Amino acid sequence: MRLTRLQKILWAAAGVAALAYGALMVFSDRAPVSVAEAAFRPTFSLPDAEGRLRTPADFAGKHLLVFFGFTNCPDVCPTTLAEVAQVMDDLGEQAENVQPLFISVDPERDRRLGLAAFTAAFHPTILGLAGDTEQTRAAAESFKIFFERQDDAAAPDGYTMSHSPALYLIGPDGDWLRQFTYGTPATDILADLQPRL
Amino acid sequence: MKRLILATLVVFAAMPALACETVRVGDIEVEHAWSRATIGADRPGVVYLSIRNTGSTDDALIGVATPIAGMPMLHETVVSDGIASMPHTMSMPVPAGQTAALAPGGFHGMLMGLTLALKKGDSFPLTLTFETAGDLTVTVDVLGMGAKEAECPDAQP
Repeated sequence: MRLTRLQKILWAAAGVAALAYGALMVFSDRAPVSVAEAAFRPTFSLPDAEGRLRTPADFAGKHLLVFFGFTNCPDVCPTTLAEVAQVMDDLGEQAENVQPLFISVDPERDRRLGLAAFTAAFHPTILGLAGDTEQTRAAAESFKIFFERQDDAAAPDGYTMSHSPALYLIGPDGDWLRQFTYGTPATDILADLQPRL
Repeated sequence: MKRLILATLVVFAAMPALACETVRVGDIEVEHAWSRATIGADRPGVVYLSIRNTGSTDDALIGVATPIAGMPMLHETVVSDGIASMPHTMSMPVPAGQTAALAPGGFHGMLMGLTLALKKGDSFPLTLTFETAGDLTVTVDVLGMGAKEAECPDAQP
């Protein structure tokens, strides 16, 4: 059987693709990024504490560490923001290339309680964003994260929020790079982040 | 007047490093009790600590009480299918011969209805009720908002 020129090219291309895929699996350390995620650019358009509308374009050229949470959250959110604060401190001068964002999934109450004071208590570089219901829903959908208000008579104001607790890393051109699962220590985040800067 | 009593309680309790001591009742030992500072009193506070059951009978932590919060309760952070929620829990098991902890990302004491903002450097009393061993009162150190663990010389990393 003789292969046509096109068939040869196609077989060669398939071989190269298989090798590249294998190399990707072998060399991508600890964060295998699937093909679908590689071109994923989540977006948002949300006001900061001063009411200025912020979008990913405002942070072009910087890596973003994005966390969705709420300020009435005593355990998960402070724990993650404390890790982020540690990362920012340990980055030293490289910290200017990283912008941590805290996106509220409970924006109305968080604005009332004070978003900026909350984020600043962890680290001055953390920027809190709290939109209206629609803006918040749009950002969550874009990041493919889940949040839900849960009525709980025993909680403050009679409700609490369940939410995706991971920390997301967005590249300087807006590409989704990876997520750090909840509980990832600052040292691991730092080790992943530093070679990228 | 109530405020004054509370302030006095907090000041009296504010002796350094008490939270690093081990407090015992029956077979139960509790140490490394700490909390995070809060901004104002509108948001709930948190309590973390370590419990060791040195006996041969299982026990359980079934309640928490403190004069600085109107509604202190036990919660557990549960991450399931990538979603974190924080259900109220009635008790935390403390199996015989084991150490159980209220720790970030797991069981924790949630202090709702704070009567005052928790400031770094403060401390306050917390009474734990165990099913078998009974009551025990520890001193909780308030650390910074970004604290991740108890600040004791022998604290677990």
